[in-house]
Amino acid sequence: MSSREKILPLLRENARYSTEDLARQTGLDVEEVEATIHELESDGVVHGYRAIVDRNQIEPERVRASVELNVTLDRETGYDDIAQRLAKFPEVEGLRLVSGDYDFAMDVEGDSMREVSNFISEQVAPVPEITQTVTHYIMETYKEGGVEFEDGDDDDRLSVSP
Amino acid sequence: MSFEESERLETVPPSGIRRYFELAEEQDDIISLGVGEPDFAPPWAARDAAIESLERGKTSYTPNRGLRELREEIVAHVHDRYDLDYDADEEVLVTAGASEAVDLAFRAFHDPGDTVAVVQPSYLSYVPAARLAGADVVDVQTRREDEFKLTREVLEASGAAEADTLVLCYPNNPTGATMTREELEPVAEFVREHDLRVFADEIYAALSYEHDHTSIATLPGMRERTVVFNGFSKAYAMTGLRLGYALAPPEAIESMNRIHQYTMLSAPTTAQHAAIEALRNCEDDVAEMREQYDRRRNFVLSRFEEMGIDCFPASGAFYVFPECPWDDSEAFAEALIEEQGVAVVPGGVFGNGGESHLRVTYATGLDDLKEALARIEQFID
Ligand SMILES: Cc1ncc(COP(=O)(O)O)c(C=O)c1O
Repeated sequence: MSSREKILPLLRENARYSTEDLARQTGLDVEEVEATIHELESDGVVHGYRAIVDRNQIEPERVRASVELNVTLDRETGYDDIAQRLAKFPEVEGLRLVSGDYDFAMDVEGDSMREVSNFISEQVAPVPEITQTVTHYIMETYKEGGVEFEDGDDDDRLSVSP
Repeated sequence: MSFEESERLETVPPSGIRRYFELAEEQDDIISLGVGEPDFAPPWAARDAAIESLERGKTSYTPNRGLRELREEIVAHVHDRYDLDYDADEEVLVTAGASEAVDLAFRAFHDPGDTVAVVQPSYLSYVPAARLAGADVVDVQTRREDEFKLTREVLEASGAAEADTLVLCYPNNPTGATMTREELEPVAEFVREHDLRVFADEIYAALSYEHDHTSIATLPGMRERTVVFNGFSKAYAMTGLRLGYALAPPEAIESMNRIHQYTMLSAPTTAQHAAIEALRNCEDDVAEMREQYDRRRNFVLSRFEEMGIDCFPASGAFYVFPECPWDDSEAFAEALIEEQGVAVVPGGVFGNGGESHLRVTYATGLDDLKEALARIEQFID
């Protein structure tokens, strides 16, 4: 396994592991870990680091929606052009081209449902290539970025056992 | 009439772990590195199979030897993974945990006065099981300088040549030691020369990190004299489902089954359905758990190294066995629980030769491991 293959899953699991901890888990040297991370960053494999937040616990609670978008393409405009335009909006958290019943899946975040609705109706829907939007407000998040949001995992194993 | 203990029972002392268990229970905020069981849940597919079998009301006794379907899966599994060849009809016995298989084997083949050689330090149940079967026990003391591997020299020095049975467990609880084929060869040679029977507890076989597991039963002339124990507790995180098995030649399985059919009748049915699914479709889950254990193992070993505590590079199971910084590992373990809220098990409870060590489990999440090791470091400073 290359040092990249060792480090990347760990960074994806927890970007805040210290280089020392990463070295201890993988058996690599601290210098190797640092060099690998640097390489992953400069090659654009790792684009950034952020916290996985349970938004329910933020005051005031933020609202999120996952929006389905249908588009029509013409000779001048491709998916990438539309995507670039949409991705510029700061309200847009995530944007993906998907297969199936609609074209883009877009994550939007705002301070209230009204704000999100206004954004969709005033900024997104008027984009000429967009033919339809379907907005799904997110009611509850159970897992995000590979992390389950549970109320702690009680360990009811015997605390000392054979 | 009184409940006076039988003489046999009197030979079995209360478990040495109990005391630490009680101490640990008295503390809040405790991090336990004393648990010999996975911190993962069984694979969902296996749990679903258990649920489905319950919903369909499949809760009757199974054949004494276990569901035929399960025995076939076991045979295919040990063939593919460990190159072991057994017959599903005559050479497999499905039991309530490997624990039951261990007990059956001791009782089926020993008379009072027989001698059982137990590789030490060892899992806690072998010596009591041998004594309850009326056998005498000789210790086969493995050593730190041999990385707790069994050597011919150690076997000869221990008097194991006179024993009837040799009990070995690799990957080992509590040391985390494993043995390669080359290292097992002189052991097999000794066993053949002195015509011993072997009980090979291979319940941690799937948790071998440095090389593939070798079963001693695959060495020349060993299959016919070996009972292999394995089970679902460790690799599949199915401890509470209580399912294990024994593999041995037909006459041995027949004898063990004679006890099993009267004491247990059959292993838990729900668990047998879970186990079929575990063997068929859960190898990816096992691989994922193993990968996590391996990372934690590296982490723990390197932390002990940083602390300047000698710990040989354990290569299997989910234990490391560092040298205890104090002379008295019991006192150390007690003080560590009381002062830092970290539970580890003093090595002495695993038999002679363990006294100057500690058993530390990494079947605990990395965050807790990190905190516990930081507390240990603080404690010894
Ligand atoms: C070496 C060894 N054998 C057997 C067992 C018991 O396994 P089971 O749960 O299958 O009875 C354990 C449990 O800790 C063990 O460490």
